Amino acid sequence: MIDAAQTATDYTRNELMCALAAREIGDGDVVFVGIGLPNLACNLARATHAPNMTLIYESGAVGAVPDRVPPSIGDPALVTGSLMVAPMADVFQSFLQNGKIQIGFLGGAQVDKRGNINTTAVGPYGAPKVRLPGSGGACEIAQHARRVLIVAKLDKRAFPEKVDFVTSNGGRVKKIITNMCVLEPDDTGEMTLTALYPGVTFEQVQDNVGWALKKAPRLSEVAPPSRKEIDLLRTKLDPKRLHTK
Amino acid sequence: MKSKVLPMKDAVAAFVKDGDVVVIEGFTHLICFAAGHEIIRQGRKNLTLARLTPDLIYDQMIQAGVARKLIFSWAGNPGVGSLHAFRRAVEAVPPRIEIEEYSHFGMVARLCAGAANLPFWPLRDYEGTDIPKANALIKSVECPYTGERLAAVPALRPDVTIVHAQRADAGGNTQVWGLMGVQKEAAFASKRVIVVVEELVPESVIRQDPNRTLIPGLQVDAVVVEPWGAHPSYAQGCYDRDNDFYAAWDKIAREEASFEKYLDEYVRGVKDRAEYMKKQPGLAERLKAKPRICSGVDYGY
Repeated sequence: MIDAAQTATDYTRNELMCALAAREIGDGDVVFVGIGLPNLACNLARATHAPNMTLIYESGAVGAVPDRVPPSIGDPALVTGSLMVAPMADVFQSFLQNGKIQIGFLGGAQVDKRGNINTTAVGPYGAPKVRLPGSGGACEIAQHARRVLIVAKLDKRAFPEKVDFVTSNGGRVKKIITNMCVLEPDDTGEMTLTALYPGVTFEQVQDNVGWALKKAPRLSEVAPPSRKEIDLLRTKLDPKRLHTK
Repeated sequence: MKSKVLPMKDAVAAFVKDGDVVVIEGFTHLICFAAGHEIIRQGRKNLTLARLTPDLIYDQMIQAGVARKLIFSWAGNPGVGSLHAFRRAVEAVPPRIEIEEYSHFGMVARLCAGAANLPFWPLRDYEGTDIPKANALIKSVECPYTGERLAAVPALRPDVTIVHAQRADAGGNTQVWGLMGVQKEAAFASKRVIVVVEELVPESVIRQDPNRTLIPGLQVDAVVVEPWGAHPSYAQGCYDRDNDFYAAWDKIAREEASFEKYLDEYVRGVKDRAEYMKKQPGLAERLKAKPRICSGVDYGY
């Protein structure tokens, strides 16, 4: 638990989102991670409560200990000092398909009621309104990581009832961590509100979600970040505040 | 040993033909921009470009008009945003380029099948997704032992694969360290292979550390020596990724006019990598790697 005396009072919602994602990681977990906020969350977890976690990047770096915020998942800083550099055939077959990954972090341009993710195209596939980059490794991460966590900013266009294209199946999504709340699947797999950020109301969340959002029977309020988490983010992990402003 | 060393111009002229399926591999690391630029300079046509992450190099080749088709799994500028020439071509009505799309694992599996001389590769993937609906070449097979349904992707057999590496000998024995991506599989799957290196070394250097060899000379047709040939990508131990360039590229690529101006100046307007580097004073100093030497191992017996 976080000691109230050590709780930060001055923090942004993106910083809290990062701290929440970090708290999902257990010490010793093997985590498959991409760039952006999830990468920051992993490095925050490693610097606080999970020093024994193993970071695996789809580029092949295993047990990476980056000493700078990697701007890409193939950054040279992921290689220097790592435990292993695996060919990508091994990353996808021996690590991911073989069930060695406990947590997979994903983001997406669209996330829907079932936790399905679209990173392929807005509009019809054959005549896209906006062509997005595509799956990368996301499709297989969603199928093979034991727990899939989505980190994404809440926005009505980004959270439609049904995505335009299912790039990654939502069946293994255990939590969607947003910048206002946390959603989790109910017994039927429908993403349901389970926790609110301090000061955020249900109505504010509903305004940014494209379907009639269900509430869990008991809503909790997420704990604010600790002083230590905020200090680490601002001084060491994201000093330019690329992801946490 | 017969030397396979050629200038870039001659290697591309000899081994990259109009209409070829071309793979320039390298996952973030060791992407051979120098070879892509030479293909543009020589005005190749109707190429099918395949790689996991088209990156800026295939975006430049699409803008330059050498490509008919793109086979890929993630088409973005990592950590920055879109590939604008790719988007313009795909979002046009009708689209100006044909696409064939997989996930990373699907692309890796296609090259594994090609390298193993098998017609397809089975994988557990694509369950409950729309990806197979967008690409009819993704099929499924029944396991003859368990009856389980598995996804299947067809072998990819490129006409030519181009790999950038830290070093090779004149026979094409190629050593790589840092991220290895899918280069070994791509090279073995391919009919022809060009290796572009930062440094040409004697065979004795290769023999000193055989575990470091990713691609054997028997699989290589040409060795090109072009230091800095991967910029703005990187070569571990040689130079860092030019993240500033990747960020600045977004603005250049958004408008066709500024994109073409870049191609005119830095691609069509130079004859090789040395000239490209000479046009950018201070670049080498800014990106040169700080040493982090490993101690090596004992191969004795």
